[in-house]
Amino acid sequence: MKAPLHTTGEVLASKRVGAYQHLTVVAPGVAERFRPGTFVAVSVDGTRLARRALWIHGVRAVGGHGPALQLVVEPVGPGTRWLAERPVGARVELTGPLGRAFALPKQPVATLLVGEGYAAAPLFPLAERLRERGCQVNLLLAAPDERHLLSALEARRSARAVTVVTADGSVGRRGSVADVVAGVLAQAAAEVVYAAGPVPTLHAVAAVAEQAGAWSQTAVEQPLTCGTGLCHGCPLPVVGEDGVARVVRACTEGPVVRGDRVRWAELAGAQPEEPA
Amino acid sequence: MIDLPNPVVVAAGCGGTGRELAALGALEGIGAFTTRSLTLNPRAGGPSPRIAETPSGLVHSTGLPGPGLEIFLATELPWLVQQGLRVVVSLTGASVAEHAEVARRLAQAPGVRALEVDLAVPDARAHGLLDVREPFHAANVVAAVVREAQDLPVLAKVRADVLRVAESARVVTDAGASAVVVGGPQAAALPDGRPAGLSGPAVLPLALRCVGEVRAALPDVPVVGCGGISTTVDARAFLDAGAVAVQVGTALLHDPTTAARIAADLAGGPS
Ligand SMILES: Cc1cc2nc3c(=O)[nH]c(=O)nc-3n(C[C@H](O)[C@H](O)[C@H](O)COP(=O)(O)OP(=O)(O)OC[C@H]3O[C@@H](n4cnc5c(N)ncnc54)[C@H](O)[C@@H]3O)c2cc1C
Ligand SMILES: Cc1cc2nc3c(=O)[nH]c(=O)nc-3n(C[C@H](O)[C@H](O)[C@H](O)COP(=O)(O)O)c2cc1C
Ligand code: FES
Repeated sequence: MKAPLHTTGEVLASKRVGAYQHLTVVAPGVAERFRPGTFVAVSVDGTRLARRALWIHGVRAVGGHGPALQLVVEPVGPGTRWLAERPVGARVELTGPLGRAFALPKQPVATLLVGEGYAAAPLFPLAERLRERGCQVNLLLAAPDERHLLSALEARRSARAVTVVTADGSVGRRGSVADVVAGVLAQAAAEVVYAAGPVPTLHAVAAVAEQAGAWSQTAVEQPLTCGTGLCHGCPLPVVGEDGVARVVRACTEGPVVRGDRVRWAELAGAQPEEPA
Repeated sequence: MIDLPNPVVVAAGCGGTGRELAALGALEGIGAFTTRSLTLNPRAGGPSPRIAETPSGLVHSTGLPGPGLEIFLATELPWLVQQGLRVVVSLTGASVAEHAEVARRLAQAPGVRALEVDLAVPDARAHGLLDVREPFHAANVVAAVVREAQDLPVLAKVRADVLRVAESARVVTDAGASAVVVGGPQAAALPDGRPAGLSGPAVLPLALRCVGEVRAALPDVPVVGCGGISTTVDARAFLDAGAVAVQVGTALLHDPTTAARIAADLAGGPS
């Protein structure tokens, strides 16, 4: 895998779509190294020391600039709000692409991609890569409501079947990933499942995949400080290939890990009542 | 002390395994690389959340996760040495005997340039490590490490406690330390109250004052300055105060290229 870069990017476009701010950022070299499932660590707001992690949603050629990164920001706190407010032309310091990407199957198998909220972002470029390999792509997109549903239209282009669930029923079926994932998986006859979203959702998907004998890859978000593997501030409890329990760095040994390897109940963000 | 081609050193616990910085080209030109504080046995580290952001600082309680001596010697150290880096191995432990055992094994490992004893763990007790609060504890630990270190220089990293730092420095150098690293994180608490350390630009003035105190009390003792350094101007302030070298920690978490940039600036000559 190619090494990441630390560089200064420039905001080329910024557009509000529903609850999210879609940023196009040119950062020479970073887009060229991108693989689906990797992220960038962004410096925000001058004096804030911790970096903010953002999935790379895609790479788009922008005239005169070469390939640029597409990022999806949900403004939830000071750092993400600052990013969402960056005007066109603003400079942002970033490092990337970071972390382990989604592993692609060697055979052209049927796949299910499950994404919730902004975290569905890395699944769109993944769907493209899977299609190029002759894999059948089924998509399950979830969100609290329509405003938080990422690019459902775009999804229909790269997937054979798209299922949408929202908590309030404003679009698609009313419900959660945990409610529908077993049925969708069976219908798709998927052998490989990819998931990105909050921890309880990933846990539910991993459990269902394991029951169905499917192989799962989960993109796990944990609170990050550096994002570059330096601080050991992002513990991810896993079970190694050797069956031994250990704690790895979510940013470096993750964010994408096999769903059956994660000790879900011990993760930050795991809720007392798991839906699975 | 070790001969450094450049006074800029990566601080303990802030440079990962070295590979992450190397991938970014961020070890170019640095004087030395300090490992995270190593223990005899592997440590999983503490619970999440481990780190919180404060204005101009980070509050951290990682619980010193690490591979343990065996795996470090087999995998991490050879790689660092292969890169041609000057490797300073930081160490800590639950007892004086554990410190001594780790030092003994490291002294036999090829490529280690110096040992650094971490006497400044701000949350030691919470993580089952020896809480080196009293100067005589520090002296015992340093003496034990120096005995096992054979010819390796031993650096003692002491707390940046303005009132006690000169005494700490005297005690550890009397016990055989070749140099003193001033200082570690300030004792602090995470938002939920757990013991932790505060690092970053917020602690720089305290560390700078501590360097001055040690220089005034012990003009012959080499001092390495550490605390909040994130620019070349910061590094110069410590060097001007009499430090022979500086360590860059937290700044790397924000911008991994910081140490390499400061090292290049300083190598470029005075400005
Ligand atoms: C691998 C990865 C990819 C991500 N991708 C996206 C994305 O594409 N779009 C998006 O909107 N958000 C994404 N997030 C979440 C985003 O990084 C956090 O929402 C953001 O860091 C919060 O910063 P803040 O200052 O706005 O909020 P605050 O909650 O005030 O953040 C304070 C501190 O907590 C850390 N933090 C808080 N929540 C999270 C979290 N969920 N994950 C990581 N660090 C956190 C921040 O880094 C910061 O140190 C991703 C997180 C990870 C780990
Ligand atoms: C996340 C983190 C982990 C650290 N781990 C260690 C460690 O293992 N051993 C040690 O001696 N110091 C450790 N430190 C302290 C730093 O080496 C440094 O002494 C301190 O943070 C002050 O310098 P700074 O402000 O440049 O970071 C750690 C600091 C941070 C922020
Ligand atoms: S966030 Fe610093 S090591 Fe993962």
